Amino acid sequence: METVIQTKQLTKKFGDFTAVNEITFEVFAGEIFGFLGANGAGKTTAMKILCGLLKPTSGQATVAGFDIYKQPEQIKRSIGYMSQKFSLYEDLTVYENIRFYAGIYGLRSKQIKEKSEELLERLNLQDYKKKLVAELPLGWKQKLSFSVAIIHQPRIVFLDEPTGGVDPVTRRQFWDLIYEASSKGMTIFVTTHYMDEAEYCNRVSMMVDGAIEALDTPSELKRIYKANSMDEVFQELARKAVRTAD
Amino acid sequence: MKQFLIFIKKEFAHVFRDPKTLLMLFGLPIVQIVLFGFALSNEVKNTKIVVADYAKDHASQQLIRKIEASNYFETERSLKSATELENSFRQGKIHMAVIFPVGFENDLLHSGKAQVQLIADAADPNLATTLISYMNSVVREYQLEMNKDIVLPYVIQPQIQMLYNPELRGAPNFVPGVMSLILMLICVMMTSISIVREKEMGTMEILLVSPFKPILVILSKAIPYLILSIANIIMILLLSYFVLDVPIKGSIVLLFGESILFIITALSLGVLISTRTASQQSAMMISLMGMLLPTLLFTGFMFPIENMPLPLRILSNVVPAHWYYLIIKAVMIKGLGFSAIWRETLILFGMTLFFLAMSLRNFKIRLA
Repeated sequence: METVIQTKQLTKKFGDFTAVNEITFEVFAGEIFGFLGANGAGKTTAMKILCGLLKPTSGQATVAGFDIYKQPEQIKRSIGYMSQKFSLYEDLTVYENIRFYAGIYGLRSKQIKEKSEELLERLNLQDYKKKLVAELPLGWKQKLSFSVAIIHQPRIVFLDEPTGGVDPVTRRQFWDLIYEASSKGMTIFVTTHYMDEAEYCNRVSMMVDGAIEALDTPSELKRIYKANSMDEVFQELARKAVRTAD
Repeated sequence: MKQFLIFIKKEFAHVFRDPKTLLMLFGLPIVQIVLFGFALSNEVKNTKIVVADYAKDHASQQLIRKIEASNYFETERSLKSATELENSFRQGKIHMAVIFPVGFENDLLHSGKAQVQLIADAADPNLATTLISYMNSVVREYQLEMNKDIVLPYVIQPQIQMLYNPELRGAPNFVPGVMSLILMLICVMMTSISIVREKEMGTMEILLVSPFKPILVILSKAIPYLILSIANIIMILLLSYFVLDVPIKGSIVLLFGESILFIITALSLGVLISTRTASQQSAMMISLMGMLLPTLLFTGFMFPIENMPLPLRILSNVVPAHWYYLIIKAVMIKGLGFSAIWRETLILFGMTLFFLAMSLRNFKIRLA
């Protein structure tokens, strides 16, 4: 299997505080990789390093085959990113948002047109094309946000708690979109603290106090920890945590 | 380049969709020009005064007619008692009283010395001094007319010439002040808020993850405000020319060149504030408290800096608008060329470089 993300002893310190402590893992092409952990475990920090938003203190990592120290520009072209905060412009219309994000990724006007029509159709948003994003319900905004994050067809997409604050039905629909993207060969790197969502992932890593405590498929993790659900696995591991949420 | 244009287009969409921003951009300059031009004028005109003529002779009548002819005063003749006068002063109905004692002409012609009493309401010291000096000049003029055939042995005649603004109007002073204030507000506050908004909304992270260069993010945030500010200057200049009747004496090219320099100074200050703040609220507070107040106080168009104590005079030098105000006054009102303002220009230029270097440094620290 082809490796698209690889880290070796990746570490990030903020002063005396070690947010990410020598994490080493691999993510394979086309998989849905769940990056789990309690609040403050260091998930977001690790993800930001991989996206080029933060510089690591030590260790190595490659994303899409590019070195995070030497080739950040190439990495940026190969990835998509959706943050926990809702990331569309509320005072722009649905179409203007799509055009803007597609535009800053350097898509041509013709491509932008095609892509946005396709996207609107897939999300059933044709009638909302000229409506301000502020008028959309939260669940729709999130789906739109995800579709916009992958409009340039990146090899890897990073999702930082994409389903925070959404009802279970919409979350399920959101995961349908993730599966669809994954089936087309896109690698999904997703953080979440909803343990039911962890079950949807191909492989899951559990982060506790900045380190990766466990990494395997959900069924394998449940077997190892003799648990019935991912939630129990998580409880078992999180008990070791010394740090409180920041 | 195309990405850049798309970004700038988006910024304009933000501005034109927010009625509050629009109102501030184009409503504020109009309101300020009108306010400073008409309402907040510090010229003295038609001030209510009372003339009590107990002499009722030829000389007093002649002098009163001269007073009435001046458009500084709105004169009321009445013989009020001392208590009545005091009441009028207390109620603010009058600001000055002129009292001619009995035998005014008699004293003048026979003893060569007559007295006229001027009582002014000095609760407003500026107004009182102005009124007294106007009245003094009226009296002096009358005196000169009386003595025109007599040759005094020694006479010093001050030849007064009020340069650049002979009618002593307030507008030529206020227009450059309003320009510095408006540009400061728009550029510093609006740029910092618009950058911080992206941080607050979480869209900044998305932009930083994209291949779009961080420095271009900042540039495309600043350019729309540069364009809007230039539109604003044109509007202010048109208003001041057609409504306030303030001419532009110097070179328009120089005026715009210097304004663009100042806009860039203010924009880089706005960017600097945005790199240090995390919420729109605090960006606004810092811009308002840190920029608006010092600009009002230390630019020099409301309160003369020469009258301030030394520490404040020194402080006024670090306010960018202070230098811009000096430049605009020199070019617009005095009609001077670049040779007269190269020092001020250099200072503004230095400030711009400083702000830019600081924001670049902060920006890098944040990314590391």
